[in-house]
Amino acid sequence: MSLYLLRRLLQAALVMLAMSVIVFVGVYAIGDPVEILISPDADQMERERAIKALGLDLPLWMQYLSFLGNALRGDLGRSFVFNEPALQLILQRMPATLELAFGATIMALIIGIPLGLYAGLKPKSFGAKCIMTGSILGFSLPTFWVGLMLIMVFAVQLGWLPSTGRGETVDVMGMRWSFLTWDGLRHLAMPALNLALFKISLVIRLTRAGVRETMLMDFVKFARAKGLTNRRVISVHVFKNIMIPVVTVVGLELGSTIAFSVVTESVFAWPGMGKLIIDSINVLDRPVIVAYLMIIVLMFITINLLVDLSYSALDPRVRLENK
Amino acid sequence: MTALTAAAPTLEVRNLQTHFFTRAGVVKAVDDVSFSVGRGKVLGLVGESGSGKTVTGFSILGLVDEPGRIVGGSILFHGQDLAKQSEEQMRQLRGNRIAMIFQDPMMTLNPVLRIDTQMIETVQAHTKVSKEEARQRARDTLGMVGIPSPDERLKSYPHQFSGGMRQRVAIAIALLHRPELIVADEPTTALDVTIQAQILAEVQKLCAETGTAMIWITHDLSVVAGLADDIAVMYAGKVVEKGEVAPVLDMPLHPYTAGLIGSVPSRNKRGEPLKQIPGMTPNVMRLPPGCAFRTRCAYATEVCKQEVPFGEVAPGREVRCFHPLFPAKQGEAA
Ligand SMILES: Nc1ncnc2c1ncn2[C@@H]1O[C@H](COP(=O)(O)OP(=O)(O)OP(=O)(O)O)[C@@H](O)[C@H]1O
Ligand code: SF4
Ligand SMILES: [Mg+2]
Repeated sequence: MSLYLLRRLLQAALVMLAMSVIVFVGVYAIGDPVEILISPDADQMERERAIKALGLDLPLWMQYLSFLGNALRGDLGRSFVFNEPALQLILQRMPATLELAFGATIMALIIGIPLGLYAGLKPKSFGAKCIMTGSILGFSLPTFWVGLMLIMVFAVQLGWLPSTGRGETVDVMGMRWSFLTWDGLRHLAMPALNLALFKISLVIRLTRAGVRETMLMDFVKFARAKGLTNRRVISVHVFKNIMIPVVTVVGLELGSTIAFSVVTESVFAWPGMGKLIIDSINVLDRPVIVAYLMIIVLMFITINLLVDLSYSALDPRVRLENK
Repeated sequence: MTALTAAAPTLEVRNLQTHFFTRAGVVKAVDDVSFSVGRGKVLGLVGESGSGKTVTGFSILGLVDEPGRIVGGSILFHGQDLAKQSEEQMRQLRGNRIAMIFQDPMMTLNPVLRIDTQMIETVQAHTKVSKEEARQRARDTLGMVGIPSPDERLKSYPHQFSGGMRQRVAIAIALLHRPELIVADEPTTALDVTIQAQILAEVQKLCAETGTAMIWITHDLSVVAGLADDIAVMYAGKVVEKGEVAPVLDMPLHPYTAGLIGSVPSRNKRGEPLKQIPGMTPNVMRLPPGCAFRTRCAYATEVCKQEVPFGEVAPGREVRCFHPLFPAKQGEAA
């Protein structure tokens, strides 16, 4: 097991290194921040001083090496715009994004699993057909448009929910969280639902497919032949088996949910990392962009590892092989 | 219980019909099946693949899934018609007074649940006992079917057992409530010959001891010869021949039964080629009118195009054929 972990960590380090090159070169290719950062009426002297101060006069490979050296010491550079460490900027906004992504994931599971179960157990019913049609909408409607519609209906017309910001927050371990206050939860509801929409559809489809497949298995029939109630057959025998793919996929999706929260955060003015990265891209704030992308990569790698570990906790057949 | 019902067989199936209403048409998987099994007796149910053996078993347990339905006949368990019971009444019987063992031991146990979970839930589905008592019952039953160190094995997952051991676990689960009837659907086909023989001997002993009636579904006539008291031969959803094992195997009266016996290696004289039943198993969706075996039968005549009645043609011998294969002199006597 520890050997397995060691191998995974080594792999992770290599992936991070490769990604850092790609990200660095990619961001360099996007454009020259000098044009945006330095006012057009600055004279040549001022320009050169600024370029030097930002380290933009060095050749690319030297910039990369110094970035790498600093990164290893936990320093991902200073934002050109805020003149604060990029890492700190991002970490400040991370709780907002995390609670949005986790809120969306939990919502997707709470709503998606029961609907998927129903659709899988009664595939011919009218309800199941409605659910499946709904899930196609969830897949295909663009997130920003649904977000705007949600605001139109629940904020503007009905006035039930606030449409922007995080609301009241509570400080825990130096981080601000919305989900701990009623007002914060009210602010979280709409953006989380917006972000969850795609995942709800995904969970519905996965659960339904899993139920339909599992119901045909001999062990389900055998469970019924033992005289178990339908309830127990479904809630234990079927459920435990369908949770394996659902957890795997939803877990792996968590990374992209965090990455794609950009759209939702912009629509609902949710002050998370996504909003920061959009603003930073607009002004070509390179250190922030690079730091953000590196953190996302790290997050993907961590989530992958956690999913693999929880997968082996759910499926005893995998558990044995890892030992 | 009155003396009259006590003498009645444990299970009596009469003219059972189970059809599947698929989009492509009606599949008459079971279409007129009758047999009975008494206390402590074993009935061998044989027939080619697709002849409806498994569906017959599922019908008895009330486990026929959509789009299938029992459309006719009765299944009398101690005189009580199972085809007319509610789902909850059937649930209380299943795994309790009527148990089933499935063909493929690799597929019958839930891969993500421990053996103890799968056994304890079965005990608790039918009796109000504490988890600890249920575990003890599970452990004792595992020991009974020959699983070494059952206490430890209870904590294992199915994939940690071999095929033969898994089938023993499944048999133990079937035996947990000392059922009055066990439907065993080819339980040893997937196992190798020595393990098959061991399990057969043990099951036979257990049934004799507890008075359990058993329906043993199989392709294998040699298993039937060694294990069963009675035999029912199925072809295309119908029982075509029924009787005590020894007379039926010694002198089959139905051409299909004779063909089955002819294709068993050990029964052929050495050097003689194995006989095969010519032709293919018919498609149950498009059976020819009259005798379904007609297209493959060497004895078929014009009359075989009519509906064949199932009836006694000699004492204790029931056959569905217009031209039963009596040896010449018996044929004249009959
Ligand atoms: N769910 C179903 N839908 C449609 N047809 C079915 C269904 N289940 C079984 N059948 C049909 O019923 C017929 C009998 O099947 P059954 O499984 O009882 O055969 P069997 O005698 O047990 O064969 P084997 O020896 O291969 O196990 C087959 O033709 C099969 O196609
Ligand atoms: S009824 Fe006719 S076709 Fe059918 S088995 Fe008998 S002889 Fe053959
Ligand atoms: Mg079968």
